[in-house]
Order: sequence, then structure tokens, then C-alpha cells
Amino acid sequence: MGFFDRIFERPTKSKDMAKERLRLVLIHDRSSVSPQFLEMIKGDLIEVITRYMDIDERNMNVNLTKDEESCSLVASIPIIRVKRGTG
Amino acid sequence: MGEALVITSGKGGVGKTTTTANVGAALAMLGHQVLLVDADIGLRNLDVVMGLEHRIVYDLVDVVEGLCKYRQAIIKDKRIDGLYLLPAAQTRDKTAVNPRQMRKLIGELKDEYEYILIDCPAGIEQGFRNAVAGADRAVIVTTPEVAAVRDADRIIGLLEAEDLRSPQLIINRIRANMVKRGDMMDISDMIDILAIGLLGVVPEDEYIVTSTNKGEPAVLNSVSRAGQAYRNIARRIKGEEVPLLPLESEEGFIKRLFKVFGR
Ligand SMILES: Nc1ncnc2c1ncn2[C@@H]1O[C@H](COP(=O)(O)OP(=O)(O)OP(=O)(O)O)[C@@H](O)[C@H]1O
Ligand SMILES: [Mg+2]
Repeated sequence: MGFFDRIFERPTKSKDMAKERLRLVLIHDRSSVSPQFLEMIKGDLIEVITRYMDIDERNMNVNLTKDEESCSLVASIPIIRVKRGTG
Repeated sequence: MGEALVITSGKGGVGKTTTTANVGAALAMLGHQVLLVDADIGLRNLDVVMGLEHRIVYDLVDVVEGLCKYRQAIIKDKRIDGLYLLPAAQTRDKTAVNPRQMRKLIGELKDEYEYILIDCPAGIEQGFRNAVAGADRAVIVTTPEVAAVRDADRIIGLLEAEDLRSPQLIINRIRANMVKRGDMMDISDMIDILAIGLLGVVPEDEYIVTSTNKGEPAVLNSVSRAGQAYRNIARRIKGEEVPLLPLESEEGFIKRLFKVFGR
């Protein structure tokens, strides 16, 4: 939104609302289309993180959370031990 | 050996049948042998849009069930040379045909026609799977609305699962004046979000209604903007590079008309 739009508080154009709503709904649709999606991310996360630490894979949690304005990937990964000399 | 294109969308009523009729007619007008296949079994429309409804004897289901040869079911358009229609059955439903039968039939038809355009029903059920089964390429029609673009995205995923990669997008019913004042998503918004190639943009055009009333494709009208857009899409399907028509509001169009007549 441009400077003047903000000053005069012009309401958001409906096209921008459409774009934003579409962006959010597609994040959700695309990630829930295949149930393997989160598993794939989980697998890749494990691969990267175990280079640096031992983790409790069985109690690890990866989820998408969504509210009206944003969508985030939330991972909870219990650490068992941090490897030495990786810092 | 011809090529089969499925015209699909996910969301209903966005212009699949209109697109099939007009792009098919335009390809035939460019000198090709074109067959339109109505895969919307139980809700056939393409025959009416083409003005061929009174000439149907047999239909797609009759052919698949072996009640007749496909030559007996296919209707030749009398106005446009090289244009043919294989109508859908009206009194049956989507389960009367399966994807394997469709693949076989379209495969045989590709020996006789250069382009086969398959008009897909709305939805993602068996009707969709039947329509895409024999296709080599997919064209997705959408309108500049959240629900239609969202469904188009879903369809892109499903087409990939059917091994139909890199589908192309047609954005239908765009209104220049609404885009200009920021009340309609523009072309680049939708292309960015869907991340697929653009085959064409068709403006909202009252003449589409007139032409379906008459049962005569809009591409036969040289003044219709939608007709012009569909003629360009046909050339792009052939592989020609054709620039997009500039988006013009109705006012701009009238000025342009005056220019044409003023010459
Ligand atoms: N560019 C356009 N300008 C104006 N009207 C249009 C345009 N495109 C389509 N329409 C109108 O929109 C309606 C729906 O079009 P059409 O039947 O082609 O959609 P469809 O996707 O085949 O629908 P269905 O999902 O029911 O098969 C029709 O009344 C048609 O005349
Ligand atoms: Mg239709």
C-alpha cells in the first residue's frame, strides 16, 4: 500500500483481500492435500537436526497451526543430548 | 497422430464448455480436424452451446458400450469445416463409463483428428477422472475469484497425480474496469499464486450470452472481444507466439470501434 493510501486510510482494495485470503487458504489446502506432507517435513528435519544433537524422535511433533492472519509450522523436538564440538 | 486436451476447472460454471466450443471452433477455422468430446455425462451442454442438439442420434456411452461405431455418434458441424462433436449421454450418469474405456476411445480417435478437446464436468469425482484419462495436455479454466482459483490449485495437484504435468491456465471473465480500480485480481496475481503457464485471458463479454442463445460459437463474430481472445488461444495451442490482448474497459473498446469505423 502506498504512502498516500495509508495517510488517507483508504480501505484495503478488495483485490488485495482476495489475494491474501487465497494465499492463506492455499497454504492450508496444499499442506493437507497429502497426509504424507508433514511426515516428509518431519523426516527432513530429523536428518538435519541429528547432525547436531540426539533427539527423541518418537515424541517429536510437527504441525501446521492456522489463525485468521497467519499460518505457521510449529515443531516441538525433545533434545536428548547435544553433540560436542559442533558450535 | 492427434493430440487430446482436457478442459477442466474444479469449480463449476467458470466457462469450460464455452472454452471448449470456442477454442475448438477456432482451431477448425485455422484448418484443423477438430473433435469436441462432451465428457459431462448426465448434464450435457456442449451440444446446445454449439447449436447441434437436434442432430444427436447416438452418444458417448452408446459408443463405449458398443451399441454403435463412433462414426455414427459423431456429428459434423455444418458451418465450420473440420469441426465435429461427440455428445455426452443425457440420461445416464458418470459411472456409465470408466477411465480405462475413455483412454482407449480417445486413443483411437487421435488417429482421425488433429485436436481432441474434452469438456470436463465440474468436480473431482469419476467424471473428472474419465475426462482426463485419455488427455495428453490439460487446460485449466478459472475466473478471477478466490473460490475458483482455489479449486484450480486443487485440480493442478490432481492432474499431477494423473501424470498430466504443466497444465496451462485460461483466466475467464476478467473485467478491465474492475481490475483497474483494484476490485478484481489481475493476471499476474493469479499466475504467481498458482505458478503455472498462462494460455490466455478472456474478457467478460455479453456476446458470449448472445452466441450461446444462438447456438453459434463467439469466434465466428469478428467484433467480439472474447471471440478474439479465443482465436488467440487456439493459435497458442498450436505453438504460435501471440501477445495477450490488452485489457480494455468497455469504454476503451467503444473508442477502438470508432477508430476502426473512422478509417
Ligand atoms: N467470457 C464470458 N463472458 C460472459 N459470460 C460468460 C463468459 N464465459 C462464460 N460465460 C457464461 O457463464 C456461464 C457458464 O459457462 P459454461 O457453461 O461454459 O461453464 P462450465 O464451466 O462449462 O460450467 P459447468 O461446470 O456447469 O459445466 C454460461 O452462462 C456462459 O454463457
Ligand atoms: Mg460445462
